[in-house]
Amino acid sequence: MALKKILLDEHETVCQEGETVLEALLRDNVDIPFSCKQGACQSCMVRSLDVPPPAHAQKGLKDVLCKQNHFLACLCYPEQSMSITLGHQPEYFTEGAVIAKELLNPETVLLTIQCKDALDYYAGQFVNLKRADGLIRSYSIANSRRHAEKLTFHIRRLAGGKFSEWVHQELNVGDTISVSDPQGLCYYLPDKMEQSLLLIGTGSGLAPLAGIIHEALEHGHTGEIHLYHGSREVDGLYWIDEMRELAETYENFHYTPCVSRGDALEGVAQGRANDVAMANIPDLKGWRVYLCGHPDMVNQAKRMAYLNGASLQDIYSDAFHVASPTLD
Amino acid sequence: MSEATPNQSLFEQIGGEAAVNAAVDIFYRKVLADYRINRFFDNVDMEQQAAKQKAFLTMAFGGPNNYTGTDMRNAHARLVKMGLDDSHFDAVMEHLGGTLKELNVSDNLIAQVAAIAESTRNDVLGR
Ligand SMILES: Cc1cc2nc3c(=O)[nH]c(=O)nc-3n(C[C@H](O)[C@H](O)[C@H](O)COP(=O)(O)OP(=O)(O)OC[C@H]3O[C@@H](n4cnc5c(N)ncnc54)[C@H](O)[C@@H]3O)c2cc1C
Ligand code: HEM
Ligand code: FES
Repeated sequence: MALKKILLDEHETVCQEGETVLEALLRDNVDIPFSCKQGACQSCMVRSLDVPPPAHAQKGLKDVLCKQNHFLACLCYPEQSMSITLGHQPEYFTEGAVIAKELLNPETVLLTIQCKDALDYYAGQFVNLKRADGLIRSYSIANSRRHAEKLTFHIRRLAGGKFSEWVHQELNVGDTISVSDPQGLCYYLPDKMEQSLLLIGTGSGLAPLAGIIHEALEHGHTGEIHLYHGSREVDGLYWIDEMRELAETYENFHYTPCVSRGDALEGVAQGRANDVAMANIPDLKGWRVYLCGHPDMVNQAKRMAYLNGASLQDIYSDAFHVASPTLD
Repeated sequence: MSEATPNQSLFEQIGGEAAVNAAVDIFYRKVLADYRINRFFDNVDMEQQAAKQKAFLTMAFGGPNNYTGTDMRNAHARLVKMGLDDSHFDAVMEHLGGTLKELNVSDNLIAQVAAIAESTRNDVLGR
């Protein structure tokens, strides 16, 4: 089979069989931004200067970007040699300032960032946060669209995690950080107001779901809204009181905190959030489903929701992929 | 489904792309719910897989496709390494027939679809 060469600014890299463009470039010590390696964060977006990129490498990209031959290096198994550019990355960053930082639980921080420009996003989308040295990670927006300049994030600390440890330990109120354009397809649109919603999140996966729930309630969504938030232990949960209060205020909003290990307190379900949810709601025909957090939970729940009757186009999800699979 | 007329292709007689779209949902649910074979679908993205199921059904319905025997071999080589054999192939054939029955396709057409799918057996199983 012919070798596939990737030409980048006069530098040639050979892409081995079964290797993505991103893997080849990194192996060759080319400095290229990336984060999830799963086609989710879009930070590895590059552009082909000659041949059209394979369609599988353009998954999730907007039409205009596809037409201009942008593609995700981490998804691209090249079909032929190609000449690419990193420059003119379409990702746009605005400047943000940290205006509040508080702990939600021992491992999760609530970060509020005031952006210079109001961002146009849908509740549930995520942005890429960029540190001054260029380190990029994706974080979901936790608020509804009401405060488009003031974004909140729930950032869970991973032991040894470069970005999350830095946020927890070093980032302070008053510091600045770059915020990308909002991205992702897991969001709420105020159509079909009577459709029932099932939202399942683990850990900081509550962030986008909280944004979606507030957005839906603010729009007067009339369908039932069921939230299942899970963690291993009660310690990993947060906003229990806030969510209970919301459930008391809105008749159609229901909240079930879940713990998969250890003893559940009064009012907390025992079991994994997706298992508890599917046992309580066995028939999902006609429902809209949102799944956010641990990739294994998201994948399993996606399949379960589908088998229980939800149609694929009604299942929205963001798997919080980390570069190495130690998140649990 | 539409009445068979002599000059319609099998694909047209079954109902074309609309029939594929109706079938994919039923078929994929059956496959994923079947403990005998669902492990082969564990590590594939569901949206991508649904698109591939469409390709599969279009091909089996005698519709337009560019797949060659070699493509079929390559697409399933990874699965053959995981132990894909005749029993799994038979299970898929069963769901294919069951799906078409649910859609009220005539036995005659179902037999033609089964024959097309059957013709790929050796390529799919890498023999
Ligand atoms: C669409 C999307 C949305 C997201 N939304 C959120 C959100 O709202 N909230 C949130 O908290 N997170 C979210 N994430 C996850 C987030 O982007 C980061 O991946 C996460 O915070 C970890 O980044 P990090 O830099 O701290 O860890 P990294 O430095 O990337 O490390 C990840 C893990 O791997 C381990 N590790 C790193 N290098 C090695 C090595 N060489 N050997 C062994 N182990 C190693 C680390 O110890 C750590 O546990 C989201 C991810 C995606 C894709
Ligand atoms: C009945 C004959 C079969 C036909 C005609 C067929 C056809 C196809 C086609 C067209 C694709 C898409 C290839 C591509 O574009 O990448 C595909 C992929 C796939 N098939 Fe089949 N298939 C058959 C049997 C089976 C069986 C028996 C199994 C397992 C039980 C199976 C599991 C899969 C899987 C998992 C993929 C995705 C592979 C990947 O993405 O890595 N198929 N098949
Ligand atoms: S999309 Fe390629 S690294 Fe995230």
